[in-house]
Amino acid sequence: MALVDKAGNLQEAAPDTGPTVINAVDTRAITRRFGTLVAVDHLTVTVPNGSIFGLLGPNGAGKSTLIKMLTTLLSPSEGTAYVAGFDIVREPRQVRRKIGYVSQMLSADGDLTGYENLLISAKLYGIPRSERAARIARALEFMKLMHVSDKLVKHYSGGMIRRLEIAQSMLHHPSILFLDEPTVGLDPFAKRAVWEDIRDLQREFGTTILMTTHDMLEADELCETVAFMHQGTLAVIGPPSELKAALGASATLNDAFIHYTGAAITEGGDIKDVARTRLTSQRLG
Amino acid sequence: MSHAHASPASVLDEGNPAIDFARQTVAVAEADIRKLIHDPVELLTRMIQPMLWLLIFGEVFTRTRVVPTGGIRYLDFMTPGILAQSVLFGAIFYGISLIWERDLGIVHKFLVSPAARSALVLGRTISSSARSLCQMIFVYLLAFLLHVQLRWDVGAFAGVVVAVVLGSSVFSTFSLIAACIVKSRERFMGIGQVLTMPLFFASNAIYPLSMMPEWLRWVSKVNPLTYQVDALRHLMIVGGTSSFGMGVDFGVMVLALALMVGIATRLYPTIIS
Repeated sequence: MALVDKAGNLQEAAPDTGPTVINAVDTRAITRRFGTLVAVDHLTVTVPNGSIFGLLGPNGAGKSTLIKMLTTLLSPSEGTAYVAGFDIVREPRQVRRKIGYVSQMLSADGDLTGYENLLISAKLYGIPRSERAARIARALEFMKLMHVSDKLVKHYSGGMIRRLEIAQSMLHHPSILFLDEPTVGLDPFAKRAVWEDIRDLQREFGTTILMTTHDMLEADELCETVAFMHQGTLAVIGPPSELKAALGASATLNDAFIHYTGAAITEGGDIKDVARTRLTSQRLG
Repeated sequence: MSHAHASPASVLDEGNPAIDFARQTVAVAEADIRKLIHDPVELLTRMIQPMLWLLIFGEVFTRTRVVPTGGIRYLDFMTPGILAQSVLFGAIFYGISLIWERDLGIVHKFLVSPAARSALVLGRTISSSARSLCQMIFVYLLAFLLHVQLRWDVGAFAGVVVAVVLGSSVFSTFSLIAACIVKSRERFMGIGQVLTMPLFFASNAIYPLSMMPEWLRWVSKVNPLTYQVDALRHLMIVGGTSSFGMGVDFGVMVLALALMVGIATRLYPTIIS
């Protein structure tokens, strides 16, 4: 564990290592409506600490809405959730201290350098001045971005931007990292690099990772547990291997998805979803 | 309850809340100011407008002598008004950057951080003020070249800086509020255009309130720009007089700012929905 100095890490005193907090995320009939549309419908799910958990579903299934609620960007219409042991409705600020979030869109600022993006994050999260430089250097090294740290992010490749964003969201050593479609718009090579980084984060820092995707291969390769989401509810939850095995030896995760939700993962979504995905892909170039 | 044992020692920024707040505010401002340093072209474009007003409008109107200026040259009279105007025009469109950054996804990053919402608003206010101070330096330079009788004592100059920062903050926060309400760039541009004209002309920027019909005078008196110009006229120009006094001018600006920041803090998280 060369990359993380556990003894000097304030996160070490975190309550999430305590005996009473078992789950990283614990939702209680969480619901979100937009007018008459029910985007997330009385959803109850738990994500165990330290796992890589995949939320799968087509555009418009409610994945991003659920993530936005869990990251306190959106308040639930009904129900609540506990994230790192804190209530997202009553204790949003405590939740924010414990989580990292990489949005589906590009949250890295193209008009700043990679180093500056990290510096601003470090300051926002109150990382003490004495630790700042070391943490930023470590994050740059971890994400293999040291050589471009002084370049403006708008000149980065898509994969580099995503890695910078993940580095940025990890700087304060969150116990839970939310990744909303982390590889959307990336080419297969860059995708694999991001997968590797996600695995490393979990291994090195023990971070719980909750990610959304509609890439079956990604879910199959990366996630210990997947939940199929369809029209605001969970159709099924379990390890990819079990979900596939239930349908026979040659079944793929895609088959399982169709079996449990009655829909193909490519269905759904409206013009806004498509436009957003295209915009992100275009910017990742 | 699962979170009952959570202790404050678990958080990273568990220091003095006031210091945390200041640090977060500065971080938000710093992000924006660093961008400005990478690409300062915006500052150059902000200098064109005051230059045109002083060189063309100012030079012509100085010859007409129709505006009662209280015994000073018209160009001198309007210089503080043009400084306030260029600050206003820059600040009132500031909200569009929030919409732009929302569309990119940058705003989300700030909103999931533990920074207080008011720190996110105030940080942006500070970066808008930094731009305005650059404009101020330019207007001073221009005024000096045009032989405007400027006051050079330190106290008065400090007062000008404070008045510019307050005025800029009031209007940039107002702009953030507008951005949070209209949410789209197209609508925002429309609103910005509609707001600037009345704010500028229903004020004492280029003519005194005494020239106005009664109803317009009342409109001007609820316009914070009037108080900013009133203070600047006294603090910036030799022989310039204030109608309301510094106490009223700065009092109104501080109150307006507190009100704007209060509203903007409530509305800020809604920009992403």
